[in-house]
Amino acid sequence: MDLRELYQEVILDHGKHPRNHRFPERHNREGRGYNPLCGDKITLRLQLDGDTITDVGFIGQGCAISQASCSTMTEAIKGKTLPEVQELFTKFHTMVTSDNGADDLDTLGKLAVFAGVREFPMRVKCATLGWHTLNQALRNEGGEATTE
Amino acid sequence: MNEVSPIPASSPAAFDVQRLREDFPALHQEVHGKPLVYLDSAATSLKPQAVIDAVADVYARDCANIHRAVHLLSQRATARYEEAREKVRAFINAANKTEVVFTRGTTEAINLVAQSWGRAYLREGDEVLVTELEHHSNIVPWQILCQQTGATLVVVPMTDRGEVLRESFEEQLTDRTRLVAMAHVSNALGTVLPVAELIDLAHERGAVVLLDGAQAVSHAYVDVQALDCDFYAFSGHKLYGPTGIGALYAKERLLEGMPPYHGGGDMIRSVTFEETIYNDLPYKFEAGTPNIAGAIGLSAAIDYFTSFDSQAVRAHENAVLRYATEALESVPGLRPIGTAPGKVAVLSFLMDAAHPHDIGTIVDSEGVAIRTGHHCAQPVMEHFGIAATARASLGMYNTTDDIDALVGALQKVQELFG
Repeated sequence: MDLRELYQEVILDHGKHPRNHRFPERHNREGRGYNPLCGDKITLRLQLDGDTITDVGFIGQGCAISQASCSTMTEAIKGKTLPEVQELFTKFHTMVTSDNGADDLDTLGKLAVFAGVREFPMRVKCATLGWHTLNQALRNEGGEATTE
Repeated sequence: MNEVSPIPASSPAAFDVQRLREDFPALHQEVHGKPLVYLDSAATSLKPQAVIDAVADVYARDCANIHRAVHLLSQRATARYEEAREKVRAFINAANKTEVVFTRGTTEAINLVAQSWGRAYLREGDEVLVTELEHHSNIVPWQILCQQTGATLVVVPMTDRGEVLRESFEEQLTDRTRLVAMAHVSNALGTVLPVAELIDLAHERGAVVLLDGAQAVSHAYVDVQALDCDFYAFSGHKLYGPTGIGALYAKERLLEGMPPYHGGGDMIRSVTFEETIYNDLPYKFEAGTPNIAGAIGLSAAIDYFTSFDSQAVRAHENAVLRYATEALESVPGLRPIGTAPGKVAVLSFLMDAAHPHDIGTIVDSEGVAIRTGHHCAQPVMEHFGIAATARASLGMYNTTDDIDALVGALQKVQELFG
Protein backbone atom coordinates (compact mmCIF):
# COMPACT_ATOMS: atom_id res chain seq x y z
CA MET A 1 0.00 0.00 0.00
CA ASP A 2 1.60 3.17 -1.16
CA LEU A 3 0.24 6.38 0.24
CA ARG A 4 1.44 8.26 -2.81
CA GLU A 5 -0.98 6.17 -4.85
CA LEU A 6 -3.75 7.73 -2.79
CA TYR A 7 -2.41 11.20 -2.18
CA GLN A 8 -1.27 12.09 -5.67
CA GLU A 9 -0.08 15.62 -6.33
CA VAL A 10 -3.29 16.50 -8.15
CA ILE A 11 -5.32 15.43 -5.12
CA LEU A 12 -3.12 17.30 -2.65
CA ASP A 13 -3.29 20.38 -4.86
CA HIS A 14 -7.06 20.27 -5.34
CA GLY A 15 -7.54 19.41 -1.66
CA LYS A 16 -5.66 22.52 -0.63
CA HIS A 17 -6.93 24.76 -3.39
CA PRO A 18 -10.28 23.46 -4.55
CA ARG A 19 -11.41 24.81 -7.94
CA ASN A 20 -14.89 26.26 -8.42
CA HIS A 21 -15.04 26.69 -4.66
CA ARG A 22 -17.75 29.33 -4.91
CA PHE A 23 -21.38 29.41 -5.84
CA PRO A 24 -22.17 30.18 -9.50
CA GLU A 25 -23.93 33.49 -10.22
CA ARG A 26 -26.93 31.69 -11.61
CA HIS A 27 -28.10 28.26 -10.55
CA ASN A 28 -31.22 26.17 -10.90
CA ARG A 29 -30.08 23.03 -9.13
CA GLU A 30 -28.67 22.50 -5.65
CA GLY A 31 -27.49 19.44 -3.82
CA ARG A 32 -26.28 18.98 -0.26
CA GLY A 33 -24.00 16.15 0.71
CA TYR A 34 -23.01 14.88 4.11
CA ASN A 35 -20.80 12.05 5.26
CA PRO A 36 -21.94 11.24 8.80
CA LEU A 37 -18.84 9.14 9.37
CA CYS A 38 -16.46 12.08 9.28
CA GLY A 39 -18.68 15.14 9.13
CA ASP A 40 -17.66 16.19 5.61
CA LYS A 41 -20.19 18.56 4.09
CA ILE A 42 -20.72 19.83 0.58
CA THR A 43 -23.25 22.20 -0.94
CA LEU A 44 -23.17 22.04 -4.75
CA ARG A 45 -24.99 24.45 -7.05
CA LEU A 46 -25.20 24.27 -10.80
CA GLN A 47 -26.87 25.86 -13.77
CA LEU A 48 -28.51 23.40 -16.13
CA ASP A 49 -29.38 24.91 -19.53
CA GLY A 50 -31.22 22.38 -21.64
CA ASP A 51 -29.29 19.27 -20.77
CA THR A 52 -25.93 21.01 -20.47
CA ILE A 53 -24.28 22.00 -17.19
CA THR A 54 -23.14 25.52 -17.99
CA ASP A 55 -21.81 26.46 -14.56
CA VAL A 56 -21.13 24.69 -11.30
CA GLY A 57 -19.53 25.45 -7.96
CA PHE A 58 -19.45 24.16 -4.40
CA ILE A 59 -18.78 25.20 -0.86
CA GLY A 60 -17.66 22.50 1.46
CA GLN A 61 -15.35 21.33 4.14
CA GLY A 62 -13.73 18.01 4.64
CA CYS A 63 -10.76 15.82 3.99
CA ALA A 64 -8.38 16.19 1.07
CA ILE A 65 -10.00 13.30 -0.81
CA SER A 66 -13.56 14.61 -0.58
CA GLN A 67 -12.64 18.19 -1.42
CA ALA A 68 -10.30 17.25 -4.25
CA SER A 69 -12.83 14.85 -5.69
CA CYS A 70 -15.55 17.48 -5.70
CA SER A 71 -13.15 20.04 -7.12
CA THR A 72 -12.01 17.86 -10.02
CA MET A 73 -15.60 16.79 -10.60
CA THR A 74 -16.75 20.38 -11.09
CA GLU A 75 -13.98 20.89 -13.65
CA ALA A 76 -14.89 17.68 -15.43
CA ILE A 77 -18.63 18.26 -15.71
CA LYS A 78 -18.72 21.91 -16.69
CA GLY A 79 -19.97 22.15 -20.27
CA LYS A 80 -20.98 18.48 -20.35
CA THR A 81 -24.43 17.13 -21.19
CA LEU A 82 -26.39 14.99 -18.76
CA PRO A 83 -25.70 11.71 -20.59
CA GLU A 84 -21.99 12.56 -20.65
CA VAL A 85 -22.04 13.33 -16.93
CA GLN A 86 -23.87 10.09 -16.21
CA GLU A 87 -21.22 8.17 -18.12
CA LEU A 88 -18.45 9.89 -16.17
CA PHE A 89 -20.14 9.09 -12.88
CA THR A 90 -20.52 5.43 -13.79
CA LYS A 91 -16.88 5.16 -14.84
CA PHE A 92 -15.67 7.03 -11.77
CA HIS A 93 -17.76 4.88 -9.47
CA THR A 94 -16.50 1.71 -11.11
CA MET A 95 -12.93 2.92 -10.86
CA VAL A 96 -13.07 3.55 -7.10
CA THR A 97 -15.23 0.59 -6.10
CA SER A 98 -14.72 -2.36 -8.43
CA ASP A 99 -12.05 -4.95 -7.80
CA ASN A 100 -10.93 -4.80 -11.39
CA GLY A 101 -11.09 -1.04 -11.61
CA ALA A 102 -11.97 0.83 -14.75
CA ASP A 103 -10.24 -0.39 -17.87
CA ASP A 104 -10.57 2.93 -19.66
CA LEU A 105 -8.85 5.30 -17.27
CA ASP A 106 -7.79 7.43 -20.22
CA THR A 107 -11.35 8.59 -20.81
CA LEU A 108 -11.56 9.85 -17.24
CA GLY A 109 -8.79 12.39 -17.71
CA LYS A 110 -7.75 14.03 -14.47
CA LEU A 111 -10.34 12.02 -12.55
CA ALA A 112 -8.13 8.96 -13.02
CA VAL A 113 -5.93 10.16 -10.14
CA PHE A 114 -8.57 8.73 -7.81
CA ALA A 115 -7.88 5.17 -8.99
CA GLY A 116 -5.75 4.62 -5.86
CA VAL A 117 -8.78 5.12 -3.60
CA ARG A 118 -9.87 1.57 -4.45
CA GLU A 119 -7.07 0.29 -2.19
CA PHE A 120 -8.50 2.27 0.75
CA PRO A 121 -12.07 1.01 1.23
CA MET A 122 -12.64 3.32 4.20
CA ARG A 123 -12.04 6.30 1.94
CA VAL A 124 -14.27 5.42 -1.01
CA LYS A 125 -17.11 7.41 0.52
CA CYS A 126 -14.88 10.46 0.71
CA ALA A 127 -14.19 10.21 -3.02
CA THR A 128 -17.82 9.70 -4.01
CA LEU A 129 -19.43 12.33 -1.75
CA GLY A 130 -19.27 15.05 -4.41
CA TRP A 131 -20.68 12.75 -7.08
CA HIS A 132 -23.56 11.64 -4.89
CA THR A 133 -24.28 15.28 -4.18
CA LEU A 134 -24.25 16.00 -7.91
CA ASN A 135 -26.71 13.17 -8.55
CA GLN A 136 -28.99 14.54 -5.90
CA ALA A 137 -28.79 18.05 -7.37
CA LEU A 138 -29.66 16.72 -10.82
CA ARG A 139 -32.61 14.78 -9.48
CA ASN A 140 -33.44 18.03 -7.75
CA GLU A 141 -34.72 16.21 -4.73
CA GLY A 142 -34.96 17.86 -1.36
CA GLY A 143 -32.97 16.65 1.58
CA GLU A 144 -29.38 15.64 1.65
CA ALA A 145 -27.22 13.18 -0.20
CA THR A 146 -25.54 10.98 2.30
CA THR A 147 -22.81 8.46 1.96
CA GLU A 148 -24.54 6.16 4.41
CA MET B 1 11.71 12.83 19.81
CA ASN B 2 14.77 13.48 21.89
CA GLU B 3 13.62 16.91 23.00
CA VAL B 4 10.80 15.40 25.00
CA SER B 5 11.59 14.87 28.64
CA PRO B 6 11.71 11.24 29.69
CA ILE B 7 9.29 9.68 32.13
CA PRO B 8 10.20 10.64 35.68
CA ALA B 9 12.34 8.09 37.46
CA SER B 10 9.55 7.61 39.98
CA SER B 11 7.59 5.57 37.42
CA PRO B 12 6.37 2.40 39.09
CA ALA B 13 8.80 -0.41 38.59
CA ALA B 14 6.29 -2.93 39.83
CA PHE B 15 4.20 -2.48 36.72
CA ASP B 16 6.00 -4.33 33.93
CA VAL B 17 4.32 -3.12 30.77
CA GLN B 18 6.53 -5.16 28.44
CA ARG B 19 5.54 -8.33 30.21
CA LEU B 20 1.88 -7.31 30.21
CA ARG B 21 2.01 -6.71 26.47
CA GLU B 22 2.80 -10.40 26.01
CA ASP B 23 -0.71 -11.13 27.29
CA PHE B 24 -2.34 -9.34 24.34
CA PRO B 25 -1.98 -11.39 21.15
CA ALA B 26 -3.46 -8.66 18.93
CA LEU B 27 -0.52 -6.40 19.77
CA HIS B 28 1.88 -8.79 18.12
CA GLN B 29 1.05 -8.34 14.49
CA GLU B 30 2.03 -6.17 11.59
CA VAL B 31 -0.32 -3.89 9.71
CA HIS B 32 0.76 -2.58 6.33
CA GLY B 33 4.13 -4.15 7.02
CA LYS B 34 4.66 -2.18 10.24
CA PRO B 35 4.33 -3.34 13.84
CA LEU B 36 0.87 -2.48 15.13
CA VAL B 37 0.67 0.52 17.43
CA TYR B 38 -2.79 0.43 18.96
CA LEU B 39 -4.00 3.81 20.20
CA ASP B 40 -7.76 3.32 19.98
CA SER B 41 -8.64 1.77 23.32
CA ALA B 42 -11.36 4.34 23.96
CA ALA B 43 -13.20 2.73 21.03
CA THR B 44 -12.47 -0.77 22.23
CA SER B 45 -9.60 -2.21 24.20
CA LEU B 46 -7.63 -5.22 23.04
CA LYS B 47 -8.26 -8.50 24.84
CA PRO B 48 -5.76 -10.47 26.90
CA GLN B 49 -5.37 -14.17 26.18
CA ALA B 50 -7.07 -14.98 29.50
CA VAL B 51 -10.30 -13.40 28.25
CA ILE B 52 -10.08 -15.06 24.85
CA ASP B 53 -9.50 -18.42 26.56
CA ALA B 54 -12.39 -17.91 28.97
CA VAL B 55 -14.82 -17.23 26.13
CA ALA B 56 -13.53 -20.16 24.07
CA ASP B 57 -13.75 -22.41 27.11
CA VAL B 58 -17.44 -21.65 27.59
CA TYR B 59 -18.20 -22.86 24.09
CA ALA B 60 -15.73 -25.74 24.26
CA ARG B 61 -16.76 -27.08 27.65
CA ASP B 62 -19.68 -25.43 29.44
CA CYS B 63 -21.87 -24.80 26.41
CA ALA B 64 -25.38 -24.82 27.79
CA ASN B 65 -28.21 -22.49 28.51
CA ILE B 66 -28.49 -21.10 32.01
CA HIS B 67 -31.18 -21.12 34.71
CA ARG B 68 -32.96 -23.91 32.87
CA ALA B 69 -31.88 -27.48 32.62
CA VAL B 70 -30.88 -29.91 35.35
CA HIS B 71 -27.97 -31.32 33.41
CA LEU B 72 -24.41 -30.73 34.46
CA LEU B 73 -23.35 -28.45 31.64
CA SER B 74 -26.22 -26.12 32.38
CA GLN B 75 -25.33 -26.17 36.07
CA ARG B 76 -21.75 -25.24 35.25
CA ALA B 77 -22.76 -22.50 32.82
CA THR B 78 -25.25 -21.09 35.32
CA ALA B 79 -22.71 -21.10 38.10
CA ARG B 80 -20.11 -19.34 35.99
CA TYR B 81 -22.64 -16.76 34.76
CA GLU B 82 -23.68 -15.97 38.32
CA GLU B 83 -20.05 -15.89 39.43
CA ALA B 84 -19.55 -13.24 36.75
CA ARG B 85 -22.36 -11.19 38.26
CA GLU B 86 -20.71 -11.43 41.67
CA LYS B 87 -17.42 -10.38 40.07
CA VAL B 88 -19.03 -7.29 38.59
CA ARG B 89 -20.68 -6.50 41.93
CA ALA B 90 -17.36 -6.63 43.73
CA PHE B 91 -15.59 -4.67 40.99
CA ILE B 92 -17.91 -1.68 41.29
CA ASN B 93 -18.60 -2.32 44.99
CA ALA B 94 -22.35 -2.65 44.68
CA ALA B 95 -24.07 -3.66 47.90
CA ASN B 96 -25.85 -6.63 46.41
CA LYS B 97 -25.59 -8.67 43.25
CA THR B 98 -29.32 -8.28 42.65
CA GLU B 99 -28.34 -4.73 41.69
CA VAL B 100 -26.27 -5.90 38.73
CA VAL B 101 -28.17 -6.40 35.46
CA PHE B 102 -26.24 -7.77 32.51
CA THR B 103 -26.84 -5.87 29.28
CA ARG B 104 -25.31 -5.76 25.81
CA GLY B 105 -23.26 -2.78 26.92
CA THR B 106 -23.47 0.79 28.13
CA THR B 107 -25.91 1.83 25.43
CA GLU B 108 -28.44 -0.85 26.29
CA ALA B 109 -28.05 -0.12 29.99
CA ILE B 110 -28.88 3.56 29.46
CA ASN B 111 -31.82 2.72 27.21
CA LEU B 112 -33.07 0.31 29.85
CA VAL B 113 -33.15 3.08 32.45
CA ALA B 114 -34.74 5.55 30.03
CA GLN B 115 -37.49 3.20 28.94
CA SER B 116 -38.17 1.45 32.22
CA TRP B 117 -37.53 4.00 34.97
CA GLY B 118 -38.01 7.03 32.76
CA ARG B 119 -41.36 6.10 31.23
CA ALA B 120 -42.69 5.05 34.60
CA TYR B 121 -41.71 8.18 36.50
CA LEU B 122 -41.28 11.14 34.15
CA ARG B 123 -44.11 13.52 33.37
CA GLU B 124 -44.59 16.60 31.27
CA GLY B 125 -42.69 19.50 32.79
CA ASP B 126 -40.01 17.28 34.33
CA GLU B 127 -36.43 17.84 33.28
CA VAL B 128 -33.63 15.48 32.34
CA LEU B 129 -30.20 17.04 32.77
CA VAL B 130 -27.26 15.99 30.61
CA THR B 131 -23.92 17.69 29.92
CA GLU B 132 -22.57 19.08 26.68
CA LEU B 133 -19.80 16.50 26.48
CA GLU B 134 -22.00 13.40 26.42
CA HIS B 135 -21.65 10.54 23.96
CA HIS B 136 -24.69 10.17 21.70
CA SER B 137 -25.74 7.12 23.68
CA ASN B 138 -26.25 9.35 26.72
CA ILE B 139 -28.22 11.90 24.71
CA VAL B 140 -30.47 10.10 22.26
CA PRO B 141 -32.19 7.73 24.75
CA TRP B 142 -33.19 10.80 26.79
CA GLN B 143 -34.42 12.65 23.72
CA ILE B 144 -36.60 9.66 22.88
CA LEU B 145 -37.84 9.58 26.47
CA CYS B 146 -38.61 13.30 26.43
CA GLN B 147 -40.62 12.90 23.23
CA GLN B 148 -42.55 10.08 24.86
CA THR B 149 -43.25 11.81 28.17
CA GLY B 150 -43.22 15.53 27.42
CA ALA B 151 -40.23 16.01 29.70
CA THR B 152 -37.54 18.50 28.71
CA LEU B 153 -33.87 17.82 28.01
CA VAL B 154 -31.62 20.41 29.66
CA VAL B 155 -27.90 20.70 28.90
CA VAL B 156 -25.10 21.75 31.24
CA PRO B 157 -22.52 23.59 29.10
CA MET B 158 -18.82 22.73 29.26
CA THR B 159 -15.86 25.06 29.21
CA ASP B 160 -13.48 25.47 26.28
CA ARG B 161 -11.08 23.14 28.06
CA GLY B 162 -13.79 20.50 28.15
CA GLU B 163 -14.67 20.76 31.84
CA VAL B 164 -18.06 20.57 33.47
CA LEU B 165 -18.00 23.06 36.33
CA ARG B 166 -20.01 22.84 39.52
CA GLU B 167 -21.39 26.35 38.99
CA SER B 168 -22.69 25.59 35.48
CA PHE B 169 -24.23 22.40 36.78
CA GLU B 170 -25.95 24.20 39.64
CA GLU B 171 -27.31 26.81 37.26
CA GLN B 172 -29.16 24.18 35.24
CA LEU B 173 -30.29 22.06 38.18
CA THR B 174 -33.83 22.91 39.27
CA ASP B 175 -36.61 21.42 41.35
CA ARG B 176 -37.99 20.05 38.08
CA THR B 177 -34.82 18.03 37.45
CA ARG B 178 -35.83 14.41 37.94
CA LEU B 179 -32.82 12.71 36.44
CA VAL B 180 -29.22 13.66 35.78
CA ALA B 181 -27.41 11.57 33.15
CA MET B 182 -23.73 12.29 32.72
CA ALA B 183 -20.46 10.76 31.71
CA HIS B 184 -18.03 9.74 34.41
CA VAL B 185 -15.23 10.24 31.86
CA SER B 186 -15.66 11.90 28.45
CA ASN B 187 -14.92 9.66 25.46
CA ALA B 188 -13.99 12.50 23.11
CA LEU B 189 -11.94 14.61 25.51
CA GLY B 190 -10.85 12.41 28.43
CA THR B 191 -12.32 14.82 30.98
CA VAL B 192 -13.04 13.27 34.37
CA LEU B 193 -16.22 14.85 35.69
CA PRO B 194 -16.45 15.79 39.38
CA VAL B 195 -19.24 13.27 39.70
CA ALA B 196 -19.25 12.78 43.48
CA GLU B 197 -19.84 16.47 44.03
CA LEU B 198 -22.46 16.72 41.26
CA ILE B 199 -24.30 13.65 42.53
CA ASP B 200 -24.63 15.27 45.95
CA LEU B 201 -26.03 18.43 44.39
CA ALA B 202 -28.52 16.43 42.33
CA HIS B 203 -29.64 14.42 45.34
CA GLU B 204 -30.21 17.61 47.33
CA ARG B 205 -32.74 18.52 44.65
CA GLY B 206 -34.31 15.08 44.74
CA ALA B 207 -33.04 13.99 41.32
CA VAL B 208 -31.65 10.53 40.60
CA VAL B 209 -28.31 10.23 38.83
CA LEU B 210 -27.11 7.91 36.07
CA LEU B 211 -23.42 7.74 35.28
CA ASP B 212 -22.18 6.63 31.87
CA GLY B 213 -19.10 4.75 32.96
CA ALA B 214 -18.06 3.39 29.55
CA GLN B 215 -14.76 5.28 29.57
CA ALA B 216 -14.30 5.30 33.32
CA VAL B 217 -14.14 1.68 34.42
CA SER B 218 -10.67 1.11 33.00
CA HIS B 219 -9.23 4.46 34.15
CA ALA B 220 -10.93 5.57 37.35
CA TYR B 221 -11.93 4.03 40.66
CA VAL B 222 -15.55 3.05 40.54
CA ASP B 223 -17.28 2.54 43.86
CA VAL B 224 -20.98 2.97 43.30
CA GLN B 225 -21.73 3.09 47.01
CA ALA B 226 -19.12 5.74 47.70
CA LEU B 227 -20.32 7.74 44.71
CA ASP B 228 -23.91 7.14 45.78
CA CYS B 229 -24.99 7.16 42.13
CA ASP B 230 -28.39 5.64 41.42
CA PHE B 231 -27.49 4.03 38.10
CA TYR B 232 -24.09 3.15 36.65
CA ALA B 233 -23.70 1.83 33.10
CA PHE B 234 -20.60 0.31 31.56
CA SER B 235 -19.35 -1.98 28.81
CA GLY B 236 -17.07 -4.99 29.04
CA HIS B 237 -15.25 -4.34 25.80
CA LYS B 238 -13.59 -1.15 27.02
CA LEU B 239 -12.37 -3.06 30.07
CA TYR B 240 -10.37 -5.64 28.08
CA GLY B 241 -13.45 -7.87 27.92
CA PRO B 242 -15.59 -9.11 25.04
CA THR B 243 -17.98 -7.00 22.98
CA GLY B 244 -21.72 -7.42 23.45
CA ILE B 245 -21.65 -7.56 27.24
CA GLY B 246 -21.98 -4.83 29.81
CA ALA B 247 -23.81 -4.10 33.00
CA LEU B 248 -26.25 -1.77 34.59
CA TYR B 249 -25.90 -1.12 38.29
CA ALA B 250 -29.07 0.23 39.89
CA LYS B 251 -30.00 0.72 43.50
CA GLU B 252 -32.29 -2.09 44.54
CA ARG B 253 -35.14 0.15 45.64
CA LEU B 254 -35.14 1.76 42.19
CA LEU B 255 -35.07 -1.58 40.36
CA GLU B 256 -37.97 -2.78 42.49
CA GLY B 257 -40.12 0.06 41.29
CA MET B 258 -39.23 -0.35 37.63
CA PRO B 259 -41.32 -2.24 35.06
CA PRO B 260 -39.55 -4.77 32.81
CA TYR B 261 -37.64 -3.41 29.81
CA HIS B 262 -37.99 -6.46 27.57
CA GLY B 263 -40.46 -9.30 27.89
CA GLY B 264 -39.44 -12.89 27.26
CA GLY B 265 -37.95 -15.98 28.78
CA ASP B 266 -36.06 -15.96 32.07
CA MET B 267 -37.62 -12.69 33.22
CA ILE B 268 -40.83 -14.37 34.37
CA ARG B 269 -41.92 -16.51 37.27
CA SER B 270 -45.15 -17.68 35.68
CA VAL B 271 -47.04 -16.95 32.49
CA THR B 272 -50.66 -17.47 31.61
CA PHE B 273 -52.58 -15.67 28.88
CA GLU B 274 -54.30 -13.70 31.59
CA GLU B 275 -51.33 -12.71 33.70
CA THR B 276 -47.56 -12.88 33.92
CA ILE B 277 -45.70 -12.69 37.18
CA TYR B 278 -42.21 -11.35 36.82
CA ASN B 279 -39.07 -12.90 38.12
CA ASP B 280 -36.99 -11.55 40.99
CA LEU B 281 -34.25 -8.98 40.58
CA PRO B 282 -32.17 -8.80 38.54
CA TYR B 283 -33.64 -11.50 36.24
CA LYS B 284 -36.74 -9.39 35.65
CA PHE B 285 -34.50 -7.24 33.45
CA GLU B 286 -32.72 -10.05 31.62
CA ALA B 287 -35.21 -11.38 29.11
CA GLY B 288 -34.03 -14.04 26.72
CA THR B 289 -30.86 -16.09 26.68
CA PRO B 290 -28.15 -13.64 27.71
CA ASN B 291 -24.61 -13.34 26.42
CA ILE B 292 -23.38 -16.13 28.68
CA ALA B 293 -19.91 -16.40 27.20
CA GLY B 294 -19.66 -12.62 27.19
CA ALA B 295 -20.47 -12.38 30.90
CA ILE B 296 -17.91 -15.06 31.70
CA GLY B 297 -15.41 -13.28 29.45
CA LEU B 298 -16.12 -10.04 31.31
CA SER B 299 -15.51 -11.86 34.56
CA ALA B 300 -12.11 -12.99 33.23
CA ALA B 301 -11.37 -9.43 32.14
CA ILE B 302 -12.10 -8.13 35.64
CA ASP B 303 -9.86 -10.85 37.07
CA TYR B 304 -7.12 -9.83 34.69
CA PHE B 305 -7.51 -6.10 35.24
CA THR B 306 -7.65 -6.37 39.01
CA SER B 307 -4.62 -8.65 39.11
CA PHE B 308 -2.55 -5.48 38.68
CA ASP B 309 -2.09 -2.84 41.31
CA SER B 310 -4.66 -0.28 40.23
CA GLN B 311 -2.52 2.64 41.36
CA ALA B 312 0.39 1.33 39.33
CA VAL B 313 -1.81 0.98 36.24
CA ARG B 314 -3.07 4.52 36.67
CA ALA B 315 0.42 5.89 37.29
CA HIS B 316 1.68 4.16 34.16
CA GLU B 317 -1.18 5.45 32.00
CA ASN B 318 -0.80 8.95 33.36
CA ALA B 319 2.93 8.91 32.70
CA VAL B 320 2.29 7.89 29.09
CA LEU B 321 -0.42 10.55 28.82
CA ARG B 322 1.92 13.26 30.11
CA TYR B 323 4.66 12.12 27.75
CA ALA B 324 2.18 12.10 24.86
CA THR B 325 0.80 15.52 25.72
CA GLU B 326 4.30 17.00 25.61
CA ALA B 327 5.27 15.06 22.51
CA LEU B 328 2.20 16.23 20.60
CA GLU B 329 2.91 19.83 21.62
CA SER B 330 6.19 19.49 19.72
CA VAL B 331 4.35 18.69 16.48
CA PRO B 332 4.06 21.90 14.43
CA GLY B 333 0.50 23.04 13.76
CA LEU B 334 -1.07 20.57 16.17
CA ARG B 335 -3.92 21.78 18.35
CA PRO B 336 -5.12 19.66 21.26
CA ILE B 337 -8.89 19.52 21.81
CA GLY B 338 -9.86 18.87 25.41
CA THR B 339 -7.36 20.09 27.97
CA ALA B 340 -9.21 19.64 31.23
CA PRO B 341 -6.90 19.31 34.23
CA GLY B 342 -6.73 15.73 35.46
CA LYS B 343 -8.03 14.25 32.25
CA VAL B 344 -7.27 10.63 31.41
CA ALA B 345 -6.22 8.45 28.51
CA VAL B 346 -7.50 10.52 25.58
CA LEU B 347 -5.64 12.85 23.21
CA SER B 348 -7.96 14.53 20.74
CA PHE B 349 -6.29 16.88 18.29
CA LEU B 350 -6.37 18.75 15.02
CA MET B 351 -3.56 19.56 12.62
CA ASP B 352 -3.33 22.63 10.42
CA ALA B 353 -1.85 20.55 7.63
CA ALA B 354 -4.53 17.90 7.23
CA HIS B 355 -8.08 16.88 7.98
CA PRO B 356 -8.50 14.21 10.69
CA HIS B 357 -9.56 11.61 8.12
CA ASP B 358 -6.39 12.14 6.12
CA ILE B 359 -4.35 11.98 9.33
CA GLY B 360 -6.04 8.67 10.19
CA THR B 361 -5.24 7.10 6.84
CA ILE B 362 -1.63 8.28 6.84
CA VAL B 363 -0.81 7.15 10.37
CA ASP B 364 -2.56 3.84 9.66
CA SER B 365 -0.15 3.28 6.80
CA GLU B 366 2.59 3.60 9.45
CA GLY B 367 0.91 0.93 11.56
CA VAL B 368 -0.62 3.39 14.03
CA ALA B 369 -4.32 2.87 14.77
CA ILE B 370 -6.15 5.98 15.97
CA ARG B 371 -9.75 7.06 15.70
CA THR B 372 -10.91 9.94 13.54
CA GLY B 373 -14.33 11.52 13.33
CA HIS B 374 -16.83 12.99 15.75
CA HIS B 375 -16.51 10.14 18.26
CA CYS B 376 -20.30 9.93 18.60
CA ALA B 377 -20.17 13.26 20.38
CA GLN B 378 -21.30 15.75 17.75
CA PRO B 379 -22.32 18.39 20.34
CA VAL B 380 -18.69 18.39 21.51
CA MET B 381 -17.54 19.00 17.94
CA GLU B 382 -20.17 21.72 17.64
CA HIS B 383 -18.80 23.40 20.76
CA PHE B 384 -15.38 23.70 19.18
CA GLY B 385 -16.79 24.60 15.75
CA ILE B 386 -15.21 21.56 14.11
CA ALA B 387 -16.52 18.48 12.30
CA ALA B 388 -14.06 15.93 13.60
CA THR B 389 -10.86 15.32 15.50
CA ALA B 390 -8.12 12.75 15.42
CA ARG B 391 -8.05 10.86 18.70
CA ALA B 392 -5.33 8.73 20.20
CA SER B 393 -6.43 6.89 23.31
CA LEU B 394 -4.52 4.78 25.77
CA GLY B 395 -4.85 1.41 27.37
CA MET B 396 -2.72 -0.18 30.05
CA TYR B 397 -0.50 -1.79 27.38
CA ASN B 398 0.58 1.45 25.72
CA THR B 399 4.12 2.75 26.11
CA THR B 400 6.07 5.85 25.29
CA ASP B 401 7.38 3.92 22.26
CA ASP B 402 3.81 3.93 20.95
CA ILE B 403 3.72 7.70 21.34
CA ASP B 404 7.03 8.04 19.52
CA ALA B 405 5.55 5.97 16.69
CA LEU B 406 2.49 8.25 16.60
CA VAL B 407 4.61 11.39 16.50
CA GLY B 408 6.76 9.84 13.77
CA ALA B 409 3.63 9.05 11.77
CA LEU B 410 2.36 12.59 12.25
CA GLN B 411 5.64 13.79 10.75
CA LYS B 412 4.66 11.80 7.64
CA VAL B 413 1.45 13.80 7.58
CA GLN B 414 3.51 16.98 7.64
CA GLU B 415 5.77 15.68 4.86
CA LEU B 416 2.85 14.79 2.64
CA PHE B 417 0.61 17.74 3.37
CA GLY B 418 2.88 20.40 4.82
